[in-house]
Amino acid sequence: MEQVIINGLYLGAQYALIALGLTLIFALMNVLNFAHGQMYVLGGFITYVIYGQLGLPFPLAVICSGLTLAAVGSVIERFLFAPVIKRSAREESTMLLAAAVAFFLDAVILLLFGEKQRGVPKIINGVFVSDSVVMPYDRIVVGVVAMAMIVAFMLYMQYSKPGRAMRALAQDRIAAQLMGVNVDRYSTIGFALGAMLAGLVGGLLVSITGVNSGIGGSISIKAFLMVMIGGAGVVGGAIAGGFILGMMESVGLTLLRNFGDVTYLVIFALLMIFLSIRPHGLMGKPWG
Amino acid sequence: MTARQKLGWVIASVAFLLVGVPLLISATGRTDLYYTLTTVALLSIISGGVWLTFYIGRINIGQGAFALIGGYVSAILVTQYGVSFWLTLPLAGLFCAVVSIVIGLPILRLRGVYFAMVTLTMTEVARLSAFALPITNGAKGIVNIPLPGAVTLFGVTIIPDFATLTNPRLAFYITSVVMMVVCFAFLYRLVHSRVGKICQSLQQNEELASSIGVNITYMRILAFAVSSFLGGIGGAMFAAIAQSMYPSSFGVQDSVNFMLNCFLGGLGYVLGPMLGTFVLYFGWDLLFKTGDFQLLIYSSILIVLMLVLPNGLLSIRLPVQKRASL
Repeated sequence: MEQVIINGLYLGAQYALIALGLTLIFALMNVLNFAHGQMYVLGGFITYVIYGQLGLPFPLAVICSGLTLAAVGSVIERFLFAPVIKRSAREESTMLLAAAVAFFLDAVILLLFGEKQRGVPKIINGVFVSDSVVMPYDRIVVGVVAMAMIVAFMLYMQYSKPGRAMRALAQDRIAAQLMGVNVDRYSTIGFALGAMLAGLVGGLLVSITGVNSGIGGSISIKAFLMVMIGGAGVVGGAIAGGFILGMMESVGLTLLRNFGDVTYLVIFALLMIFLSIRPHGLMGKPWG
Repeated sequence: MTARQKLGWVIASVAFLLVGVPLLISATGRTDLYYTLTTVALLSIISGGVWLTFYIGRINIGQGAFALIGGYVSAILVTQYGVSFWLTLPLAGLFCAVVSIVIGLPILRLRGVYFAMVTLTMTEVARLSAFALPITNGAKGIVNIPLPGAVTLFGVTIIPDFATLTNPRLAFYITSVVMMVVCFAFLYRLVHSRVGKICQSLQQNEELASSIGVNITYMRILAFAVSSFLGGIGGAMFAAIAQSMYPSSFGVQDSVNFMLNCFLGGLGYVLGPMLGTFVLYFGWDLLFKTGDFQLLIYSSILIVLMLVLPNGLLSIRLPVQKRASL
C-alpha cells in the first residue's frame, strides 16, 4: 500500500507540473494549448542531446530545456497566437492554430531527432529499499525536484510582480489593463512560462522514462484530464488534478492488474460521471 | 443569388460530381482518385456533424468516437448477424444518436474548453473500449467484412451487389457522393429553418435564448444527436469500404482533423466543412511527394492560413461583397 502511495505521489508531482503549464496558458489567454505534449517532448529531446550525447551535467541540460522552451513559447505567442486572437471573429479559432502548432512541433521533432525511443544514462544509481517501499533513487530525486518546482512556481505567482500581474490578467483582462498592467507583455511571459514548465518536466523525465517523438499527443490528453479534474485556469486545481490522476493511475494499475489494460478506461468513465455532477472540476470557475 | 440560381448551381455541381468526375477519371486513367474522392466525401459528412455542434456553440472533438461506434455497429451487424449493409447504415447512425443522447444529457451542460476536453477524452474512451470489449474482437479488429449486397424492391434491383460489380470503387464513389449531397442538403435545410435560427441563438447566448422560452436542453441534444448520426453513418461507410474495422480506425488525430476541417472551411458556412475537408485531404495527399517534410509543410501552411484567414477559407469573399455594397 505504501508503495502505491509513493508511486502515486511521484507520478502526481510530474503530472501536476505538466498541468500547471497548460492551465496557466489557458487562464491567461483562453487558449487550449494542444501543443503542450509536443513542448514536453521537445524539452525531453533537448536534455537528451545535452546530457546524453554531449555529456554535460544533467541540471544544466534541464535548465537549457526550460530556457529553449520559454523562447519557443514566447515566439509562438508573440507571432502566432496574439495576432490571431486579435483578428479572429470566434475564440475557437485559436484551437486550430494550437493544433497546427502541435503538428508543426511534431514535424520538427521528427525531423531533428528521429522516431527512435531515446534514453539517457541514470542520473543516480541505486535503489532505496525499506520494509514496504522500493524506489530507485533517481525517481526520488526527480519527484523531489518536481515538487520543489511546484512550490517555487506557486511562490512566484503569489509574491512576484509578474506573478501578481498574471493573476490579475487571469481574473479579468480588461480590469487588469485599466489598472496599468501591460497585457501583451504578460501574456507573452505567461505563455513562455507555461511552455518552460512543459520543457522542464520533459527534461527531468527523460532520465527515467526516456523520450519518444510520438508521445506528445497522449501527454496532452493526460494534461487535459488533470485540468478537467481540477478545473481549468486555476493553479490549485491543476496541482490537485495532477496528484489525483497520479494516485488513480498508481492505484488503478495495482487493483485492476488482473483485468488487463483498463485503468484508463475506468479513469475516463469516472471522469465523465464526475463532470456530470461537477461540470467545472474541483476548483474551476463557471465558464460562460 | 436568387433561389433559382442557387438550385441551378447545386444541380450543376451534383451532376458534375456524379457524371463529370467519373468521365474525367476514366479519360485520364487515374482510378486511384476514386478512393481519394470517396474518402473526402465521407470525411466531409462526418465533419458536417462536427460543424453542426459548432453551430450551437460547442467545440466537438469527439466525432472520432461516433465514427468508430458507427463503424463497429455496422461491421458487427453485417458479419455476426448477417444484416444487409444498407440496413445497418441507418442503424449505425441511430445507435450513435442514442449513445450521444445518453452521453449528451450530462456533458452538454459543459461549455467552451470543458466540452472540448470531455469530447476529446470521449474519443479516447471509445478507442479503449474497442480494445477492451469482447464483441469488438480487441486489437485484432473485425476483418473480411463482405461488400454491400444487393437491394431489390418489388423484384427490381435498385442497388446491385457490390461484389459482382466490375468497378466497386465507382459504386462506392457514387454512394458516398449521394450520401454527402443528401446530408449537406439536410444540414442546409436544418440551418435555414426555424430550428437553425434557434441553434444560432444558442451559439450567441444560451441564457437569453432560454429566457425567451427556447428549450435549450432539447435543442442542443437534438443538434448533438444529428451530429453523431452523421458521424455514425460516415464511420459505417468507411468500415464497408475498408472491409475492416480496428480500434485505431478513428482516433484522437481524426477527431482533431474533423474539427480542423470545419475551422478551415469556415464555421459560418454550411459548405465550410466540405471545402475544408477537400482542401486539407488533397493538400495532405499532394504533399506526399515531399516525403519527410510532408508534415512540416502541411502544418506550416495551416499556420499561415490561420494567420491570413482566421475566419476560414469561405470568408475570403466577404470583403469583396462589402465593397460591392458601398
